[in-house]
Amino acid sequence: MESQAFQKTYTKLNNITKATVSLTATGVGYDEIALVEDRMAQVVKIIGDQIVLQIFSGTEGIPTNAEVTFLGNPPQLKVGDQLAGRFFNAYGAPIDGGPEVEGKVTEIGGPSVNPVRREQPSELIATGIAGIDLNNSLVSGQKIPFFADPDQPYNQVMASVALRAKADKIILGGMGLSNDDYLYFKNVFNNAGAMDRIVSFVNTTDDPPVERLLVPDMALTTAEYFATQKGENVLVLLTDMTLFADALSIVSNRMDQIPSKDSMPGSLYSDLARIYEKAVQFPGKGSITIVAVTTLSGGDITHAIPDNTGYITEGQLFLRRDTDIGKVIVDPFRSLSRLKQLVIGTQTREDHPQVMNTAIRLYADAANAKTKLENGFDLTDYDERTLKFAKEYSNKLLAIDVNMDMEAMLDTAWELLATYFSKAEAGIKKELVDKYWKEKDNKKDKESDKESDKESAKKSDKDTDKDQDK
Amino acid sequence: MERKDKTTGIVTGIIANLVIVKVDGPVGQNEICFIRHNDETLMAEVIKITGEQAFVQVFESTRGLRPDSKVVFEGHMLEVTLAPGILSRNYDGLQNDLDKMEGVFLKRGEYTDPLDREAQWEFKPLAQKDDQVVAGDWLGEVQENGMPHRIMVPFKLKGRHTVKEITKEGKYRVDDQIAVITNEEGEEIKVTMVQKWPVKMPIKAFKNKPRPFKLLETGVRCIDTLNPITEGGTGFIPGPFGTGKTVLQHAISKQAEADIVIIAACGERDNEVVEVFKEFPELEDPHTGKKLIERTTIIANTSNMPVAAREASVYTAMTIAEYYRCMGLRVLLMADSTSRWAQALREMSNRMEELPGPDAFPMDLSAIISNFYARAGYVYLNNDKPGSITFIGTVSPAGGNLKEPVTESTRKAARCFYGLSQSRADSKRYPAIDPIESYSKYLEYEEVQKSLRENMDENWINKVTRAKDILFTGKETMEQINILGDDGVPVDFHIRFWRSEMMDFVILQQDAFDKVDSVTPLKRQKYMMDKVLEVIDKEFEFQHFEEVGDFFKRIINQFKQMNYAKFHSDDFKTREKELDDIINERVQKEPAEN
Repeated sequence: MESQAFQKTYTKLNNITKATVSLTATGVGYDEIALVEDRMAQVVKIIGDQIVLQIFSGTEGIPTNAEVTFLGNPPQLKVGDQLAGRFFNAYGAPIDGGPEVEGKVTEIGGPSVNPVRREQPSELIATGIAGIDLNNSLVSGQKIPFFADPDQPYNQVMASVALRAKADKIILGGMGLSNDDYLYFKNVFNNAGAMDRIVSFVNTTDDPPVERLLVPDMALTTAEYFATQKGENVLVLLTDMTLFADALSIVSNRMDQIPSKDSMPGSLYSDLARIYEKAVQFPGKGSITIVAVTTLSGGDITHAIPDNTGYITEGQLFLRRDTDIGKVIVDPFRSLSRLKQLVIGTQTREDHPQVMNTAIRLYADAANAKTKLENGFDLTDYDERTLKFAKEYSNKLLAIDVNMDMEAMLDTAWELLATYFSKAEAGIKKELVDKYWKEKDNKKDKESDKESDKESAKKSDKDTDKDQDK
Repeated sequence: MERKDKTTGIVTGIIANLVIVKVDGPVGQNEICFIRHNDETLMAEVIKITGEQAFVQVFESTRGLRPDSKVVFEGHMLEVTLAPGILSRNYDGLQNDLDKMEGVFLKRGEYTDPLDREAQWEFKPLAQKDDQVVAGDWLGEVQENGMPHRIMVPFKLKGRHTVKEITKEGKYRVDDQIAVITNEEGEEIKVTMVQKWPVKMPIKAFKNKPRPFKLLETGVRCIDTLNPITEGGTGFIPGPFGTGKTVLQHAISKQAEADIVIIAACGERDNEVVEVFKEFPELEDPHTGKKLIERTTIIANTSNMPVAAREASVYTAMTIAEYYRCMGLRVLLMADSTSRWAQALREMSNRMEELPGPDAFPMDLSAIISNFYARAGYVYLNNDKPGSITFIGTVSPAGGNLKEPVTESTRKAARCFYGLSQSRADSKRYPAIDPIESYSKYLEYEEVQKSLRENMDENWINKVTRAKDILFTGKETMEQINILGDDGVPVDFHIRFWRSEMMDFVILQQDAFDKVDSVTPLKRQKYMMDKVLEVIDKEFEFQHFEEVGDFFKRIINQFKQMNYAKFHSDDFKTREKELDDIINERVQKEPAEN
């Protein structure tokens, strides 16, 4: 590229701080990349001929006579089909021992899609996990994070989501990934024989934290290549965005910026939005879907990182340990997929919305019954049944180790409803009940149900949470 | 600020999108300049001047920009172009027509014309030769999407002018001359259909601005019935994520009784704007039956578009709203979300190393927000015709905390507060507007009360107050029941609680996705309110608390069926009859004392 002609070398640094060096230089562009003693650095401030460089790996051991070479271009990546199946570091250099990749040199962190050119997301992404597919269906072009405490197996869930989703390409952006988790991903992808459709950019905990800031842009630039040039449906996995945000706060702190809430930089929202909004359904062919991980501390979603994330993403998937069954489940109350309305009941079976809402409402009744029990009040027969239902619902559908197709999920839900409740208690539209209700011998149908069936039918179609609260 | 020769300068410093320029002549605060970078030009606005140094915020990415780049100052502030043909368009925050941009990705430095210069408009003169006119007076009109679009004396002109020539009826392009007017010095000014106006300045071409007095029908019951907003009123909707801010905003912009709707999507999700782009051309305006897009202009500066243009986007939207208000139209302006705008201010203030206020927001945040809200309002134009801008903004409080600076500052400026509650959203009670925390100051206005008495019902205010009391008592009662247990309280408590639940389910909750239920005209709201109060006034007899819930659930179900049925349709009447039957089963005596 033209950049080579601009290369200039300097050997005198004026100032050195923990993260930055400054020197006198001319003709340097903002955001440009430089090498300081072979360490990657980026221009973050220009005042007259004073250039401030942020060194990604820190300034330890840098002398004032360090050699500085400006490369004349912002961070770039060579994109091409050869990326498939490879592992790279945050700078896009191979870490799997393989050869350098040839391809078209592309600036990372490129421009946004014109909103009027976007298509509405429309394709269901099946993951086999009922807590997602049944209750919070994902749609191509969506962006959604897992909210999870650090001790939950979010990387495992994400790996299975990635492998089961019928994506043409999967791009993994690992930020502050432990070496063990890195090897885990590598193994899982290898064993699944899916390497040829996976590209990984990994910054492990061994690497300097500030390097992480490049990972999402590397991953998404790759995704844009496959989506726009090849018309592929690309799934991007970003884990862990909390560590990405932490790196932002380190940088802003070193740059003497005034922190806002939770010591995060004031620009956190824009910084995160710039990444997540790369999720898109392109006109014609190709899409980018982002599934991310935001680790929480003690389940606190009011912290600036999950809070800003929630305002940007189209819902969130909340992982929680259900102590009754000893498994991790996708919490049906706190999880939400804002785009599910675009596919459920149309691309999935007609009974999907109703079955989903009914099961969640009954699960909520169980939660109320549990509170009653804890407060020492007597339980009614209905309460007892909701508790039994909740346990089985949690085990057979919400648990993250579930793997079945959509039909099976819906059938399982109908079966659970018929086992523990009468038709009136389920309160599903009559046409659907006639078609899908699984008769059981031990059900508790009462005589009076028949009459109220008709009334509850339309009502529950519109609102299923009537008596959830009280 | 206008000057003969353009001031120029060169770039001397770059910190993200803050650029320092050494200037060779006079510059104005908020003046627009263009920075040459290779073959691109980057638009920027002056935000601070010290000596020969102008600090400018660039509306684009500054990646690759080098010192010594040339800068040209334009001699004016950020302006919008006002003319027929603004409606139905999709602009970015700087009024570039997004549809005219090439390619899937936005290109830096691409600026497109907001107007269609070739379109022909059927012009009809309204003024006559020798008429005395001032800025904002109507010279003629064209039809824009079936709405009268007045061609006015340019807002920038000061003092009296005399119409010297006015063009005959006929088809003209926006740039064609439609009149010649002379000022007091006898200078001739040629007027076309196009004029420009700086967005940061309010357009004040009207006679006066009375207190708002007329209810604006939004079709959303918990707004219109409980905490109404007025034509020319201001309101804001704060709510944590996932509580339905955007659904509510969309509902209001679809249904409200306005001539023009301007939507400023400021720093929010792209897919939400895409939804508006795809839906509005399909949906019908419930008041006129025309397509919604015909009365709508969208200003989209989504969260991944340049941050500095976010601030500009709300001002651009407001200025366009003011332009249409001067034509005697009722404009509804929606901004989602004003928090993102405040954050853009914070980012810039931080880069300028200003001393921060609370949560690192600039100290003058509160004043900026107040000034902005003050631009809304009901006005009488110079020809005594009314016009209005009703402004509703959403606020995205950090961590759902309503004590944070943006919410607090907005509370001081806006007259209606529609707080979205997490717990209502969690239990799917939509719209999740908290009936107890929310308020409308307009209910206290005597002019509003008078209008409600005349248009709704002599006793309307009392009914609204009573509804609020019922909801409040219901909430208290629920807390007591939760502490003491279902059978630890008298049956009366359960009745009190279920009365409030009935009010909640029938009046407050509304299905935004149902064709009938989503829009409730005022007449129907009054009817339902009366019906609910009628049931509340009935005295019922119950032996056991469980009967109370069962009975009221039946009533609520019946009411909901009414809400889903067309007003006064056969279905509606049948449901009402069935409701009466259920009630009569249990009536002990009537009427009751309270």
